[in-house]
Amino acid sequence: MNLRLPSKVLEHIISFIDSNEDRNSVSLVCKSWFETERKTRKRVFVGNCYAITPAAVARRFPEMRSLTLKGKPHFADYNLVPDGWGGYAWPWIEAMAKKSPSLEEIRLKRMVVTDECLELIAASFKDFKVLVLTSCEGFSTDGIAAIAATCRNLRVLELRECIVEDLGGDWLSYFPETSTSLVSLDFSCLDSEVKLSDLERLVSRSPDLKSLKLNPAVTVDGLESLLRRAPQLTELGTGSFSAELKPEAFSKLSEAFTNCKQLKCLSGLWDVLPEYLPALYSVCPGLTSLNLSYATVRMPDLVELLRRCSKLQKLWVMDLIEDKGLETVASCCKELRELRVFPSVPDLDATNVALTEQGLVFVSQGCPKLESVLYFCVQFTNAALITIARNRPNIKCFRLCVIEPFAPDYKTNEPLDKGFKAIAERCKYLQRLSVSGLLTDKAFKYIAKHAKKVRMLSVAFAGDSDLMLHHLLSGCESLKKLEIRDCPFGDTALLENASKLETMRSLWLSSCFVSFGACKLLSQKMPRLNVEVIDEHPPETRPESSPVERIYIYRTVAGPRLDMPEFVWTIHKNPEIGVSHLAIK
Amino acid sequence: MITELEMGKGESELELGLGLSLGGGTPAKIGKSGGGGAWGERGRLLTAKDFPSVGSKRAADSGSHAGASPPRSSSQVVGWPPIGSHRMNSLVNNQATRSAREEEEAGKKKVKDDESKDVTKKVNGKVQVGFIKVNMDGVAIGRKVDLNAHSYYENLAQTLEDMFFRTNPGTIGLTGQFTKPLRLLDGSSEFVLTYEDKEGDWMLVGDVPWRMFITSVKRLRVMKTSEANGLAVRHQERNERHRNQPV
Repeated sequence: MNLRLPSKVLEHIISFIDSNEDRNSVSLVCKSWFETERKTRKRVFVGNCYAITPAAVARRFPEMRSLTLKGKPHFADYNLVPDGWGGYAWPWIEAMAKKSPSLEEIRLKRMVVTDECLELIAASFKDFKVLVLTSCEGFSTDGIAAIAATCRNLRVLELRECIVEDLGGDWLSYFPETSTSLVSLDFSCLDSEVKLSDLERLVSRSPDLKSLKLNPAVTVDGLESLLRRAPQLTELGTGSFSAELKPEAFSKLSEAFTNCKQLKCLSGLWDVLPEYLPALYSVCPGLTSLNLSYATVRMPDLVELLRRCSKLQKLWVMDLIEDKGLETVASCCKELRELRVFPSVPDLDATNVALTEQGLVFVSQGCPKLESVLYFCVQFTNAALITIARNRPNIKCFRLCVIEPFAPDYKTNEPLDKGFKAIAERCKYLQRLSVSGLLTDKAFKYIAKHAKKVRMLSVAFAGDSDLMLHHLLSGCESLKKLEIRDCPFGDTALLENASKLETMRSLWLSSCFVSFGACKLLSQKMPRLNVEVIDEHPPETRPESSPVERIYIYRTVAGPRLDMPEFVWTIHKNPEIGVSHLAIK
Repeated sequence: MITELEMGKGESELELGLGLSLGGGTPAKIGKSGGGGAWGERGRLLTAKDFPSVGSKRAADSGSHAGASPPRSSSQVVGWPPIGSHRMNSLVNNQATRSAREEEEAGKKKVKDDESKDVTKKVNGKVQVGFIKVNMDGVAIGRKVDLNAHSYYENLAQTLEDMFFRTNPGTIGLTGQFTKPLRLLDGSSEFVLTYEDKEGDWMLVGDVPWRMFITSVKRLRVMKTSEANGLAVRHQERNERHRNQPV
């Protein structure tokens, strides 16, 4: 019997589905479901801006109101992707301006955004509401001014860790003089001072403002004045505190914080002097998120603050917290879901902080809801990893960075294979994993066997041979993003598992032994992959067997990209070189 | 290890031709036996020996890698530890502030003369410098260099020479040619070191006191000497010209 729902009913049902993964499944059922789904999708997510053309996206989703795009590979965050590689927002903005003028929200991550892009956004989308740029670059404060001046219904303007050409603080004065609909403003990554009076007036005429993240140029006095005008804030990123402590300023600040009864998230706190911390005590009991990762505060001042944060769900902190501080977190912050511990010095040799694997063990024991971990530590042990896995099988994201490459278990001198095996085995919901320390191919065999839900995996300085890559590509069923650097495998595993790559979003390989010939072969065999060789020297001038520096492979229906710089090579670039003498079956 | 791969996985349609993978098969265990054979001239896979153990639990034997560069700390490896650049710059600035403060305290005990007068501008007590970009004429990929890790010009020039031209005899640098050591600062080689300052002018590196330089530099460029002729002239020459009659 052919049961068909009237399309209006189907549309109504599908409109309740928010998750894009579910919607993707819905669209695979049959043609009519595909059509209905695509006409009702409002929030579109494109994980790789080169996987599909802007025109195709606009065509498929005529009701799109929100677009999220990601550009450069994740390792670009660590300077592994040379400047000029790509990830340009312009073609997307240009296409949407013409075909999706009702677009209201744009979120971009790791993309190159110019002032022209921002000006086009401001000019084209009449009801533009949300602009979030994360780790983007290529624009100046002039572009931001254009958005501020023109987008009358702007609700969200967030610049997160962007590299912005800062031409001064004037941009803030471009917001309309009438009351604004601003809900969230984040300019924490800008350097220049904005005029405090401009900021005060903006805050005063933004009654809906809930989230405000200031840049380090805003002083304690400025902060106090702003808090007085916006006691309704739920999220605050402070300016810097490094001025000397003045008792009057301190008590005014304390009072301002006391009046912020709805504050849930606190960040910024650059170089906060410990003497200022008591001003925060009144908001601690309500905090669910605290980012102290730029606060060079040490023990025991840190502990005094943290033991008051009983509702804390997310904590980002530097290794200055030491094992002792984490022990306190374990006993006081029972709601903790996410912990990130960052290094306080940029290089290994200078590290002398008392943070060891024991700190994470404490938290895994004391915090039953812990599910997301990012932990930088000099050394680790298998025993600790096994204990953590036993304590917290509910972990979904586990990123351990043993800062010293190739560091074995420092108590037994063994590789950390057993430890990561425990993590993979016990944490059945694990979606994201970063491994480090001394690891043999065996570790990857265990991961491949057990980590069935892992979608993103990061590997550095690990493994012995092609087996490691073979395990990962043939075993990890849910793998979508794999990034590997400085591992000693060659061509075999990559070529044997070529078809796996079409089931993944992307694969990054750098400083491994994959040869140019293999890249060509892979490219010829898999036309729906873009195989990009990123190398200082044009690979065509070298022997086929010579290894290439960096390879970025991603599935795409958009074909070869047309904006490659000279140091990116793909098979499409030099068609006359094409097929080599190598045998292809 | 190779046999496990070959047996029972014969689904693969790909014929691996000769010479595809190095040494004609799965590379043997490379990391621990040291040596630069696989990479040859262009660099080598970093191995455990490159990273001296913090707790000195493993002996750092330097004997087995022939002609290799000295063991480096992980701070000299690109992108390691994996900290985002915003955070890295912040850490580096913190270090600079700490050492600047220590310097100041030490300096207060010494007698200062005019030449060492500090002209650095500090914002909130911090020396605002981090990684800046370096490009070289003829080289496609730019680099970044940490100015805080340097305290004088020769130091910086040496780092850049190492970065773009290996100075060890018998090695091929990034430009793919054997080169003799450069003299980036004295104008005697085919390249000069230049920088763009906060006003957008391109200047020759080396004219102003180091501290003044690091507060005004935006980015660096290793420029062909032939192209550098139209550049902003040296400081003294500019001053002299103002004093003398215009030509």
